[in-house]
Amino acid sequence: MTSASSATEQVRRSLPKRYAKERRFRLLGLCAIVLTLFFLFVLLTTIFLKGWTAFQQTHVRLDIHFDPARLDVKNLNNANYAALVHDSLQQMFPEAKNRNERLQLHRLMSNGAAFALQRMVTSNPGIIGTTQSLWLPADDEVDMLLKGHTPRDVPESARRLNDRQLGWIDTLLANDRLEKQFNAAFFSNGDSREPELAGVRGAITGSFFTLLVTLALSFPIGVAAAVYLEEFAPKNTFTDIVEVNINNLAAIPSIIFGLLGLAVFLNFFGLPRSSSVVGGLVLTLMTLPTIIIASRASLKAVPPSIREAALGIGASKMQTILHHVLPLALPGMLTGTIIGMAQALGETAPLLMIGMVAFIVDVPQGLQDPATVLPVQIYLWADSPERGFIERTSAAIMILLMVLLVMNATAVYLRNRFERRW
Amino acid sequence: MSTLETTVSIYDDFAAVKAKTESRSRKVDRDNRETVGMPFVANPRMTCRQVNVFYGEKHAIKNVSIDIGKNEVLAMIGPSGCGKSTFLRCLNRMNDTVAGCRVTGEIHLDNRNIYDGNIDVVPLRAQVGMVFQKPNPFPKSIYDNVAYGPKIHGLASSRTELADIVEDSLKRAGLWNEVNDRLDKPGTGLSGGQQQRLCIARAIAVRPEIILMDEPCSALDPIATATVEELISGLKEQYSIVIVTHNMQQAARVSQRTAYFHLGDLVEVGQTDRIFTNPSHQLTEDYITGRFG
Repeated sequence: MTSASSATEQVRRSLPKRYAKERRFRLLGLCAIVLTLFFLFVLLTTIFLKGWTAFQQTHVRLDIHFDPARLDVKNLNNANYAALVHDSLQQMFPEAKNRNERLQLHRLMSNGAAFALQRMVTSNPGIIGTTQSLWLPADDEVDMLLKGHTPRDVPESARRLNDRQLGWIDTLLANDRLEKQFNAAFFSNGDSREPELAGVRGAITGSFFTLLVTLALSFPIGVAAAVYLEEFAPKNTFTDIVEVNINNLAAIPSIIFGLLGLAVFLNFFGLPRSSSVVGGLVLTLMTLPTIIIASRASLKAVPPSIREAALGIGASKMQTILHHVLPLALPGMLTGTIIGMAQALGETAPLLMIGMVAFIVDVPQGLQDPATVLPVQIYLWADSPERGFIERTSAAIMILLMVLLVMNATAVYLRNRFERRW
Repeated sequence: MSTLETTVSIYDDFAAVKAKTESRSRKVDRDNRETVGMPFVANPRMTCRQVNVFYGEKHAIKNVSIDIGKNEVLAMIGPSGCGKSTFLRCLNRMNDTVAGCRVTGEIHLDNRNIYDGNIDVVPLRAQVGMVFQKPNPFPKSIYDNVAYGPKIHGLASSRTELADIVEDSLKRAGLWNEVNDRLDKPGTGLSGGQQQRLCIARAIAVRPEIILMDEPCSALDPIATATVEELISGLKEQYSIVIVTHNMQQAARVSQRTAYFHLGDLVEVGQTDRIFTNPSHQLTEDYITGRFG
């Protein structure tokens, strides 16, 4: 009796210490979460604050006279469209007399203005001879000034825009001829040397094609390999070696896969350099181990009782796998695949090795076209000296994160959609 | 009568009684592992001869020979790990799925050894159905659970025929009245007892001739157990049933013959009432009187 009560007493005495330990343990976990959320918050806010301005672009309203003298209907491609822009500017600011001043005036507008006019004329030659009031993109220096990224209260020598140009800008502003508009070019253009013309369309298309190749190859191959290893392969030294190697492959630095792709796909098979198809092949190699490992884990997680039930009523092995095991393992496989695809989407290093880092202006039209992908585009822009690329880098990161978010949401949706409980 | 005489007389009586008792219950010695009783029947549906099962090095079933009669319920009892389930799973080759499992000896069904190399396990398992210890309905609808077997074996030529098979199987499993208004609901949503009857319905939907039941009631409450036992008694009109059970009352209630396994040996087979009232083997007696197991 005495010993029993003293044991109870001892237990009671040890309780506060135990609870204190538990509290500390919980607090530690909470700290970790808070710290993670804090860093995530800092990261996202920095990116957003730096990048949101890239979704706006300064435009100038010019009265463009499509002068038939300058536009030869028979030779529209070689016409001097920039001259139309210059004419309009000089008409507005006749005080710019000498060559130097005129050049400074012309620099207020982007090269893209001339391209825009060319597109208009080619698609609708009837416009020749008329005068139109048009919003045309301003130069990135003007854009940066308006967005407040470059200061104007510093000595003229430290500025990219001189006092005269600032005066013109102020006049344009006062006349409501200068304003920030939605930057549609960012979503419809490929890369460019001019920040105001650079867009992510090329990179998004390249990423899409590359991931398409990756998904089309790695999902079926990965699932087939996992099913074979898990359901059919005999347990022997050979399959053990295969298993160890698959696990090792998952840990190989991705740039090695790039070198492999360079040696095998480009140099041996002679596939087109910088193309989405090669990028997809390289990323397939990189993604396969992830998908195989996740698929095997989800196959293992299917309760053996389900297999027994199917086999017990005379289903063949293939029927058991196709009708019962695979549907139950599918959510896990999809999750693994999406994780692998998300990895592939964010991968840069192996793609550098196969030439996807090239400066490519055109939006790729197919798998064989030279292309770049979003993370490589971010890398290229982050490396560019122009002030306008800083905000574009952050904006491209935002778009990459958005794509990732959509992919992960799809993964969650698919998992819930196919998940069966029992 | 003197005191001494009285004592002797009493002693004689006592000796006589003792001798009588011993003669009635003289048991086969514990060390004898030959099968005693009646392992063979006149019109067997399945015959097993010298069946040995090895799991790697472990000798799990030792030289078991037994018949499974037509339309009989054969109960297999014995302490845990004695090999009853292993032996049961030999009868439809479910042991094939266990890595490192090796079976020797002969098990004949329709004059063919089911362990012959040229035997296809798919039709064998359609002919010898199985109900497992834990109810394991597919995570599909009740209808699909029952219809799956007939579908993959092509037993129904039309939708209506398939629906008839499903209805008939559920009726025979005594589940129809409880589920006929929710056939499209998942089978996993039923109660444990209903799930097990669903599994029985699923097994009989492929029209097997023999049904193997591996402790079908161990996960069920007494009421569900009673329902399943009733069902087994009804099913024996058409099927041969082999049931493994830990519940000796259950064996006594549902079976005609009972086989007692002990550490891989088939120790005794006999009429169920005889096994439970007057077993011939000492080990059987020890087990049923609760001395171990």
